[in-house]
Order: sequence, then C-alpha cells, then structure tokens
Amino acid sequence: MFRPTTRPSATASSSLDVKLHKRQTVSSASSSGRYPYRLNFYDRPPSLDITLDEFETCAIDRLRILSHLEALSHRNLPPAQLSTAIATYTKQHLPLSANTARTANLDDERRRDEIGHWVLRLAFSRSPELRARFVRAETMLFRHRFETDDASERAAFLRHLALDWAVVGEDERSAYESQLRKCMPWARPEQFAAESWFKVSWTAVPDLVAKRRVFVKQGMAYVPQSMQISLVLQAFDTRLTRALEVTAKNLPRLDEDERLGPVIDHLAASFLAGVGAGEYAPTDSTAAVTAEMVDDVARKHFPPCMLNLYERLKRDHHLKHFGRLQLGLFLKGIGLPLEEAVVFWRRMYGSTMTDDKFNKEYRYNIRHSYGQEGRRANYPPKSCTQILTSNQPGTQDSHGCPFRHFSPENLQSFLLSTYPQLERGSPDMRDIMDSVKSSHYHVACTRVFEITHNVKRGEGLGNSESVSHPNKWTDRSRELEKEKLAILNGEDVKME
Amino acid sequence: MAISAKEQGMAYDPSSPQVMNAFYRRLFPYKALFKWLNQADVPGKLWTHREFAFTIENDVYIRYNSFNTAYDFQKEVLRLNPSRFEIGPQYSARPRDRKTLPAGALQPQRRELVFDIDMTDYDEVRTCCSDKKICKRCWGFIAAAVKVLDNALRNTFGFKHLLWVYSGRRGIHCWISDTLAIDLTDDQRRALVTFLEVIKGSKEQVKKVNVRNGKDDGELHPALEDALDDLRTEFSRLILRDQECFQSDQGWQTLLALLPANREVTESLRKLWESSPDRSSEDKWVDIVGMIKTYKTSNPTLYRKYEKYMQDIVLQYTYPRIDAEVSKHRNHLLKSPFCVHPGTGRVCIPIDPDRAHEFDPEAVPHVGELLVELDNAPAADSGGKIPEDYERTSLKPYVEMLERHAKAIMADVRGARRPVKEETMEF
Ligand code: SF4
Ligand SMILES: [Zn+2]
Repeated sequence: MFRPTTRPSATASSSLDVKLHKRQTVSSASSSGRYPYRLNFYDRPPSLDITLDEFETCAIDRLRILSHLEALSHRNLPPAQLSTAIATYTKQHLPLSANTARTANLDDERRRDEIGHWVLRLAFSRSPELRARFVRAETMLFRHRFETDDASERAAFLRHLALDWAVVGEDERSAYESQLRKCMPWARPEQFAAESWFKVSWTAVPDLVAKRRVFVKQGMAYVPQSMQISLVLQAFDTRLTRALEVTAKNLPRLDEDERLGPVIDHLAASFLAGVGAGEYAPTDSTAAVTAEMVDDVARKHFPPCMLNLYERLKRDHHLKHFGRLQLGLFLKGIGLPLEEAVVFWRRMYGSTMTDDKFNKEYRYNIRHSYGQEGRRANYPPKSCTQILTSNQPGTQDSHGCPFRHFSPENLQSFLLSTYPQLERGSPDMRDIMDSVKSSHYHVACTRVFEITHNVKRGEGLGNSESVSHPNKWTDRSRELEKEKLAILNGEDVKME
Repeated sequence: MAISAKEQGMAYDPSSPQVMNAFYRRLFPYKALFKWLNQADVPGKLWTHREFAFTIENDVYIRYNSFNTAYDFQKEVLRLNPSRFEIGPQYSARPRDRKTLPAGALQPQRRELVFDIDMTDYDEVRTCCSDKKICKRCWGFIAAAVKVLDNALRNTFGFKHLLWVYSGRRGIHCWISDTLAIDLTDDQRRALVTFLEVIKGSKEQVKKVNVRNGKDDGELHPALEDALDDLRTEFSRLILRDQECFQSDQGWQTLLALLPANREVTESLRKLWESSPDRSSEDKWVDIVGMIKTYKTSNPTLYRKYEKYMQDIVLQYTYPRIDAEVSKHRNHLLKSPFCVHPGTGRVCIPIDPDRAHEFDPEAVPHVGELLVELDNAPAADSGGKIPEDYERTSLKPYVEMLERHAKAIMADVRGARRPVKEETMEF
C-alpha cells in the first residue's frame, strides 16, 4: 500500500492518498455527488482506491494532452484553429462532458480527469521548470474547458468557488464612468450600460493590465464582468502554483511502493522531452521496403535524425553501436525485413569489413534486433523521447536527435544543406531555431516536416499532431506522397 | 579662497584605487543602504539572501556575493575596493552557497521593482547632445520622464516608496520598495512594464506610438491621458522651444512623416517650410494647427485624426523611454545608489522627483570634491556628538534622504505586521 507521508498539517489540503488494488473496484454507477461540475479547480485531493494500471493510464492520458497543448501553444495558431485542435484532441484522449450529456459516464470521466491531474502533480512538482510548464499547460486546458463550458454550469461553478472579488458600487462607477468607458472602446453603448465591474488588485489580472484593457487606480484594477475569465484563470494559476510549491517541499515518499516511483519518473522525463509517451505501431499501409529502396526512401521520407545517421553511414561505412541500433530499429519499423536488413548493412559496410567479420559480429546483432536471437524480444523502434533522453551521444557518436544534440550552428548548417526549402535567416529558420533554444525539439522537428512537405503551418502530421516518433514522420510522409500521386493520377482520394 | 573645493576635487581620479578606498572608508553610507534593502534593523532574508555583484580591477565581475550583516558587507567592499557594485534579488537561499546547493535550488524570489531610463534612448529626439554626452538642457527629457513615471507608479499602481537615483552619467534609476512591488512575480512585472511602455519600434519605424488599439482615432487609456496632460507643457517648453526639434530639415521631415498621410495638408506644409527655413519649431506647430482648423467643420473625421496624431507626437517626443528588460526580471542586477560612476567620478545620489527639473548633472557631488571637503573641514570640536564624515561634506543631504526613505519603508512594514501580534497578545 502506498501512502505518501508528509507533515500532517500540510497533508490535509495538498497531498494525494492512493491505495493500490490488484483489480479495479467497480465504481458505483450512480453519481457520487463528488463531481457536481465539469470544471474543477482541483483544490481537494481525491482519496483513491485504484489499480496501478489505472494510476498509470490516467496519468499518461493527461500527459499526452498537456504535451500536445504545450506543442500547440508554441505554434501561434489563430484562436479558432487552436480551439478546434484542442477540442479534437481532448475528445479523443480525455473526454469531459457537461452535465447535460446523457450518454457519458460523467462520474467516471471526471474521476479520471481528477486522478490524472493529481498523479501528474507528483511528477511535476520536482523542479521549478517542470512546475512552471505544468501550470501553463494545465491553465491552458482549464481555459479551453471554461470557454467551451455550458454558460449556466459555468456560472454555478463560479458561485461555488466563491472567489472574493469586490463588486464596484454605483457611486464609484459613476465617479469613474468616463475612465471605464475609455477602457472598453469596443463595447456598444447598451453593452456598457449593462456592464458591472469587480475591483481587484491589478496583480490578479496581469494579462488585462499588459493590454491596457482595464482601468487601474491606486493599484486596483476595475475588471468588467465580461472579462472575468482572466480573473478565474489567474486564480487557477496562482492556486496551482502555490499548491505545487507545497507539494515540492513535502514531496511524498514514493519508495514505499516501488511500483509507483518508476512510473512517475517516466512521466516527468517524457514531458521534458516534449512528447507524450508516444509509442509506435506500424500502420498497415507500410509497404515492404527492400535494401535497394532505402536510399530513395531516405531522401524523401526520413526524419532529420535518421537522415543524418544514414548520410554518416554512407560516408564513413560505419556507425557506432547506438547509431546502428537507432537506425536499425527504425528501418525495421518502416518495413525492411530481416533478410533485406542484412543485405543493406552488408552493403553499407562495403569493403571496410571482411565477410567473415561481418557475419560474426554484425549479422548476429541485426538478427537480434529483429528478435531472432537471444531473448527473442521484438524490440520496437525508438520514440523521440527515447532518442532525446537515453544514451546521450558522445563526441564520436552520430545517433540522437539533431535538434537536441547538435550545436545550434551545426544544426543550422545541417538543415540548410539537407533541406533546400529552408533559407538562412528566413522567418521559418528563425522559428525553428527559437523552438530549439527553448528546448521544444519536437516543435522544431514538426515545423521542418511542415515546410518540407508543403503542409500548412499547425497541421503537423495531420490534425495538428506533433512529431513524437521518427517512424510516424516517415509514415505520414509516405502517405502524403501517395495522396499526391493519386491526385496526379486523377484518382479519388479517401479523406478521413 | 583661490580655488574651490569643486575645482580641486575634479583633479582626483575616480579610477585610482586610493581615491575609491578613501570614499568607501570614510563616506559610503553602509548603514542607510542596509536599512533600505533589509527593511528592518535585524538582518532578514532581504539582506542575507540578497545578491551583490562587484566589478573590480580589469573589469573582473564577481557575482553571487551575499552577506550576513551590514558589517560583513562593508568589510568586503573595503577588501575588494570595487569600481562599482550592483544589487540583485533575494534568492531562495544564500547566493554565496550556490555551489553547495542542488541544481535549480537558487531561485530569485523578491526584489524591488526597478526602472532604468537612459539618455541614449533619446538620441533620435534630442538636438543639444549625442552619444555619451549630457547637459542640463537634455536632462529635461529625463525630468519629464520622472514626472510621468512617478505619477503613474503612485496614482495608477498605488506605490508609495519610490527612490529615484542618478545613474552617474546620463540616466536615472527608480527603486520601488513597497511590499507589493517586492513580491511581484516576473509575469506581473512584465505586465506592468508593458502597460507603461508606449514608445516601441526600431530605428526604421517612424511612428513609434501605437496605443489606440489599432484605430487612428481610438481613445487613450485614462492613464495615458493623464500622462499626456503632464506632457503637453513639457512638449512646448522642451521640444518646441528649448530643443527646437523641428527646426532642421530632417526635424520637420520627420514631423511631416508622423502626421496623417493627407496630400493636401502635407504638401502645403512642405512648401511653406521649404520656402521659409527660419520658421521655428513653435511656428511650425502653429502652422499645422492653423492648416487643419478649416477641417473642424468641413471634415470632422479628418480633424479628429489630426488631433490624435498630434497627441501621439507629443507622446513620442516626451513620454518616458524605459529600458523594459531591466524591469521585467527579478534577477536583473542594477547599480547601487551611492556608487561612484567610474567615468565621471560623480556619486549616484538620490533625487527628489518633485524637483527633478532643477537637477543639474554637472552639480552632482564628485568623489574628489567630497574628499577635499573632508580634508578642509574643521576637526570635530570636542564636546557634543562626533559627526560622521559624510555629515561634513555635501553628501550629507543625500544620505539623509536615503535614511528618511528607509525609515518610512520600515515603519510601513512594521505596521503591516503589528495587527497580528496585537491579536495574539490580547488573548
Ligand atoms: S524530433 Fe524525433 S523525429 Fe525529429 S529528429 Fe528528433 S528524434 Fe528524430
Ligand atoms: Zn544636452
């Protein structure tokens, strides 16, 4: 059993109590009354009886959403497009329905939402950077839900929060009438007449202050009711930030249940790498690739990391261990069968190696990675997270992710020489380098994909999905090529 | 007296270690500086966890110093004899322990809200000097900036404890010590600065004031309207009369470019000003007013547009040009008050914002002058309290200013704490 230990005084409001079970307890079908609202400020930790599996899946689902939101936020999409992108994605991975929804199991959805949030708090309280990014992403998610919430449910939720905002009285209102008016130039006269104001410290609405959207006097900001979302978001942000700091100081001891520690470590690492634990499952459209075809496929469909490895291999007729592993598993993923892989590698090593040596040392490794030797495990191709975070390349290595492991100068010249679509000093190039600078490697990679595939900015690998796996890049790239060919041939294209 | 202390003093070289050492030994107001930063008599985290950065010989820069007491600080200053030093934030731990702390454990937490205004940002509008130079006349820009900023910080944002400090050469700093200011997060600082920032855009951009929500005739935010009220008089006095910003060809061409693009008006003005090159800036401003008067009834929309554009011109030439980056981050280091500017030898003294107009950078105490004053002062007479060395120099009123300022902050901070104490005592 796992019980985070914290100082008793601090536990009450800040920590999560989890009891792990072997099997999932059947939750009562009737509504428990714990979740009267769809929106949640997460200020009461749930006490949970759950299975490890549930613990993990709730967290991973949410992590995926947060990563995705973070990636979206760096793409500067227009608000409407952003909102649709979030809606599509959340519906798929973490649906949360309004009270009016008849079909959904509201309690279950809301419970999963809550569990995910609280588990991630444990993972994300560890460093200031993680905390800040978690709060940003969570606030973005809350904002989206708040904006799309049913108006009356939202109002009920706000009433229950009972945030202490002072209402501006009639006297004060008329005293500052002209100033208040000037701060709302867009409002129609009747809108203005019907408006009412809250008076709060300006520090509670920094975003409105920055845009000069509110009247400020003696440190108090006069916030129109119609802009209360800023207040709500700021309250959400402040409370969560504070709560995470408390959690960080009283971090529950996770070693009491050795099964939880690794899960939580992995969650934090995945997020830092900028990807939601993306796993790769080959799509059926993956046609078999032969050794002869690799060169052609590489030029057209390899992501930067693999193209780099492949070019190295061509040039040096050699790759170090992790490089071979990264490229080899990837090739398996794109549909290069074992026999072809042996041919491919043999050819690549060329005359630098005798047949004898190759057969002894390399054939085994290739067969091994195809699950034909040793433990006979079928190793999956590495995801971006794995490439970004494990087996950091040394100076002699060429594996890894160029966005992360190249110096900015080398990355730039690599991109320029590899992709004719990119120009030095162009806005696109600056975009890419900026993402790299802020450690959003997958965002940079996604942007390169968009530019080199003539895909609209923000579309990513389709439906605004970011690159989270090298094989997904290749799959999508080949898919796009197929669509293009079909159009050229005048065939109908099936659109999803 | 044949030569004044002033003239004698100027001979002292502020880059000489002996001069600086004498200054630090005899004149620097450690106690007042401590109280101002610490906001209490007993050292708290605002002092012990505060970063100091020293610049010593050969421009070596030593960061992450911190001190237990004011005395420790004083000892270190005397030992290092820095050419200047800067003040940073209170960190989550003692900055000097940073090597023994886990990565990421040293986070900036609290810090005065600071502003930096520098004359270089006015190079495109001032005509009397350029580059590193500054004179009493171009100080007018700074004085106008102080007036507007001081007003906004007090009336709009409600701050009380503002310390304005001469930066030693061509600018001014402001330190705000209210508890609310000290507690601001970087996001909040950024928001406040963005609210106050009006002049934006590179050299290439002519019109640098765009504060009407993208509309030509949009209303100004009330805070900017207040600023504009203050700046109208500054504009006539400083821009039109003193600096004559529109006298030169280049000057009036810029003015034309800043007005609405209306062929008729622009061409008539151009012709007029080309043919009579001796029209003063004030004449030209009046020319514009006269030219557009006819539109008041015939084309009120156009008239209104001119009105707003002319307001924007007033702002562009006189509104404070703040170095926004300095204010946005808690961990930005800023030169301490009472440092000596290594280039000019002038002491970074506090300035009374209500009298910023009277301030003359040339009249600021020079380190050498102060040392001469000290040498010439009669030995302390027996009996009575022995005066501190600074009290016998012209530095005295400035040190007293900092002392009064620190006292007011401390009274406020104590006042905020007291109610809690009293409650617990009563029961
Ligand atoms: S982000 Fe992923 S796919 Fe792109 S280069 Fe890096 S590791 Fe390869
Ligand atoms: Zn001048």
